[in-house]
Amino acid sequence: MEEMLREYLPILVFLAVAIGLGLVLILAAAVIAVRNPDPEKVSAYECGFNAFDDARMKFDVRFYLVSILFIIFDLEIAFLFPWAVAFKDISMAGFWSMMVFLAVLTAGFAYEWKKGALEWQ
Amino acid sequence: MADFFMNTTLGILLVIVGQILLVVVPLLLALAFLMYADRKIWAAVMMRRGPNVVGVFGLLQSFADFGKYIVKEIVVPAGADKAVFFMAPMVTLVMSLIAWAVIPFNDGWVLSNINVAILYVFAVSSLEVYGVIMGGWASNSKYPFLGSLRSAAQMISYEVSIGLIIIGVVISSGSLNFGEIVAAQDGSYGLLNWFWLPHFPMLILFFISALAETNRPPFDLPEAESELVAGYQVEYSSTPFLLFMIGELVAVVLMCALIALMFFGGWLSPIPGLPDGIFWMIAKMGLVFFFFSMVKAITPRYRYDQLMRLGWKVFLPFSLLWVVFVAFAAKFDWFWGVYARWTVGV
Repeated sequence: MEEMLREYLPILVFLAVAIGLGLVLILAAAVIAVRNPDPEKVSAYECGFNAFDDARMKFDVRFYLVSILFIIFDLEIAFLFPWAVAFKDISMAGFWSMMVFLAVLTAGFAYEWKKGALEWQ
Repeated sequence: MADFFMNTTLGILLVIVGQILLVVVPLLLALAFLMYADRKIWAAVMMRRGPNVVGVFGLLQSFADFGKYIVKEIVVPAGADKAVFFMAPMVTLVMSLIAWAVIPFNDGWVLSNINVAILYVFAVSSLEVYGVIMGGWASNSKYPFLGSLRSAAQMISYEVSIGLIIIGVVISSGSLNFGEIVAAQDGSYGLLNWFWLPHFPMLILFFISALAETNRPPFDLPEAESELVAGYQVEYSSTPFLLFMIGELVAVVLMCALIALMFFGGWLSPIPGLPDGIFWMIAKMGLVFFFFSMVKAITPRYRYDQLMRLGWKVFLPFSLLWVVFVAFAAKFDWFWGVYARWTVGV
């Protein structure tokens, strides 16, 4: 256990180094470059007029739908990972139960397709 | 001295930091020249000269650009959420960098030799989408907001097929560790033993999904300048913008490394008899990057509805079918066992 956790230590240190690198770069510009804001410069980018309402507006529900579909399939991939790693050791029962799971999922996918959840126009 | 580096906490930490710098510094230096190569290839396809002023043949162009980013003013939009605004480029950079902790460059040359390496890369590169969506939301401006929504939807759509393709390779190699995935591709026929041959359709799918996942042309819709100016990067300037750019390019090079490791045998020599080594790994990554650049130069941009249709209606069913096919081929030993290589090498 101790040995296994030790292999993860470089990741933690790497995280610190990467954050440090990013901070140094941002601070470098903050220190070296001039800062001279004026109302026109810091206003939100628009096509030649002042933005007339908040940018965090309502948006298309299809983005929401896509993210729900993503969760379903990403979860399925999360189920597949341990199965795929242990593939050489699993029995026929393990093999076929995953095939049944994939078949059920494919049926759901076909239903989504037929319902038009994947259409985008 | 040796005792200090092997046994004391500070010594071990110093060694780890040294190793990390050995990965990060060459990576960032290579990035500068890859950026230059990318622009040169793009220019050559369009019969232009490309960058040719700074240094010999313009080789130092990226360093000049870097200097300019540092001295530019950081503009923070008035309506922006300041903390999130600066966190977004940090997330993009950090997430794309730390994925390199598990990428081996040669047999055993890896920072953390964990047994769930490919799952870790998959997880960390999924988190990159947060950088995009935070950048778009924090800017509080319409173009970045719409750009980040598009980008997030695009990235998660193609992540699904990338995950399924990885599953296929994992079934064939029986391990999540890159060293063992490469070992499973070892054999007496050189490049004919690698996974690109049995998994050839997935190589193409993975390459195209990688383009979409890293927002490279022809899938650079979040940055479609004719519609969205520059997507979620509109309000960014100076080094925060640079962090986004570095992060994206590091993610592209990471995808090159993944393709080299999963499909082209990593550091294995293509011709039996020649020595294996890090130069093969670098050559393979370079070749894949060349294809990334060529695609950028020769393809027109996709329309958004076409992009989503391609991801959900073509790539997803096809890669799902392929997982089932690989599972059957590996379980019942079809095709002389090329899909069940976990007995080899390990």
